Amino acid sequence: MDETSNSPWLTLTVNGRVHTLPPPGAATLLDLLRGPGLNLRGTKRGCDAGACGACTVLVDGLRVNACLTLAALVDGAVVTTIEGLPALGGLAGGLHPLQQAFIDCDALQCGYCTPGQLMSAAGLLGEGGATSMAAIREGMCGNLCRCGAYPMIGAAIARVAGIAQAGGAA
Amino acid sequence: MLAEQPQARLIGGGTDLVPLARDGLAALGPLVSVRAMGLGRIELRDGRLVIGAGATLSEVLRSALVQREAPAVVQALQASASPQVRNAATVGGNLLQRTRCPYFRGGAPACNRRAAGSGCAAREGEQRHAALFGTSEHCVAAHASDLAVALLALDADVTIAGPNGERRIPLEALYPAIATPEREHTLAVGELITSIAIGTCPAARASGYLKVRDRASLQFALVSLAHAVDRADGVLRHVRLAAGGVGSRPWRLRDSEAMLQGRDDAPAAWRHAAALAGQGAQPLPGNAFKLDLLQRCVAHVGGVPAAPAGPGRDQTGSRGEREPRARPFGSSGEAT
Repeated sequence: MDETSNSPWLTLTVNGRVHTLPPPGAATLLDLLRGPGLNLRGTKRGCDAGACGACTVLVDGLRVNACLTLAALVDGAVVTTIEGLPALGGLAGGLHPLQQAFIDCDALQCGYCTPGQLMSAAGLLGEGGATSMAAIREGMCGNLCRCGAYPMIGAAIARVAGIAQAGGAA
Repeated sequence: MLAEQPQARLIGGGTDLVPLARDGLAALGPLVSVRAMGLGRIELRDGRLVIGAGATLSEVLRSALVQREAPAVVQALQASASPQVRNAATVGGNLLQRTRCPYFRGGAPACNRRAAGSGCAAREGEQRHAALFGTSEHCVAAHASDLAVALLALDADVTIAGPNGERRIPLEALYPAIATPEREHTLAVGELITSIAIGTCPAARASGYLKVRDRASLQFALVSLAHAVDRADGVLRHVRLAAGGVGSRPWRLRDSEAMLQGRDDAPAAWRHAAALAGQGAQPLPGNAFKLDLLQRCVAHVGGVPAAPAGPGRDQTGSRGEREPRARPFGSSGEAT
């Protein structure tokens, strides 16, 4: 990637802190987040192909797969990772309501997909898309859970969104 | 800018380019960002709905204008990828995405797209996602875009900017007529899709998109069908049917359309149209089941109940779709 000598340094606001990082070349946002510069290992590398959602983060408020996001393309963006979710929840020193709901609803087993599930759920709530259980299932279709915690994940999101879970087809 | 840097390539959201690069199928050399060009507008212009090639799929989905004038586009996008991918992927990139054939993507030794002349292992291998139409002995890969199928049924045209100025072509002309592994689209070097446009009309406002696949989400189509039909007063005044998952490019079902055009909107006409949907198909043993699915999709659009499946075939629901599998999110108490 010898073309990288022309590319400028990167400015990223991550979880409220502004970082200046060396020209990223072909690195993805996921590479950068988990790399030695930022050292934010909460975001997981699952499939590295945009198919599992384990790497979901918020970029300028929108949920995206960090593994598909070329870092050079998000210069100047505001990024929120799982480490920044509590602050997004606005409860000083506490967990984001989604995190508490995940705990209360037993929405994780191994925990590997969980940061991506939480960031995706935060994105879904921000989009106003958690309007029903069916909409939650559809709206979370980009996040896989190999442990099968789907029902509890759905319940946790429904709880935070304030919608009923009972009734209707599964 | 592109003309000055011949090695430069365009990048939208990168949702196809990045995985292709990872699979060794694309180089991430000098990149020119489409998103930085301000091509994201969605607007009505002279009675046509114009969607900028730089608009993200999410932006198009959320547009009240698109929801009103082209529901097939909205339905196709809702069935595409995931919310995360849609927040980044662009319209232009989606139309130009490369095939998902597992032999191409996964580096099979015999793949004429990867290495010209090496053969096509898919022909003798896993054929479930292979195309029925527009295939050749060199390649049986299906085009993967849902959006392209919906736009085809809406008679979309594509505006292209390049070193020699601007040109406009029907969407169908964006893809080569015969599947050649070497050429997946007809853009010249230095050209860029700037927008797509569709006419606003009753058929477009009544359009829809049906996607049939093994899973309920996050999967490409086995068979899909975009339809734009004006059925006012019980007469089929304007009929467009475009199929996905079954063509080397999005595939107009012209024989079915011709059967329906001008006829009364009655089950008999739609049964005939369904029977004609497979004209020109060259099925392989592993994908021949898609012919039946395609016919059922046409019948379903026409409101004709599908005939029961024959002996030894998968049971399908009366709506021409497979019975939905148990969904990943169950209600409380239900096993996953």
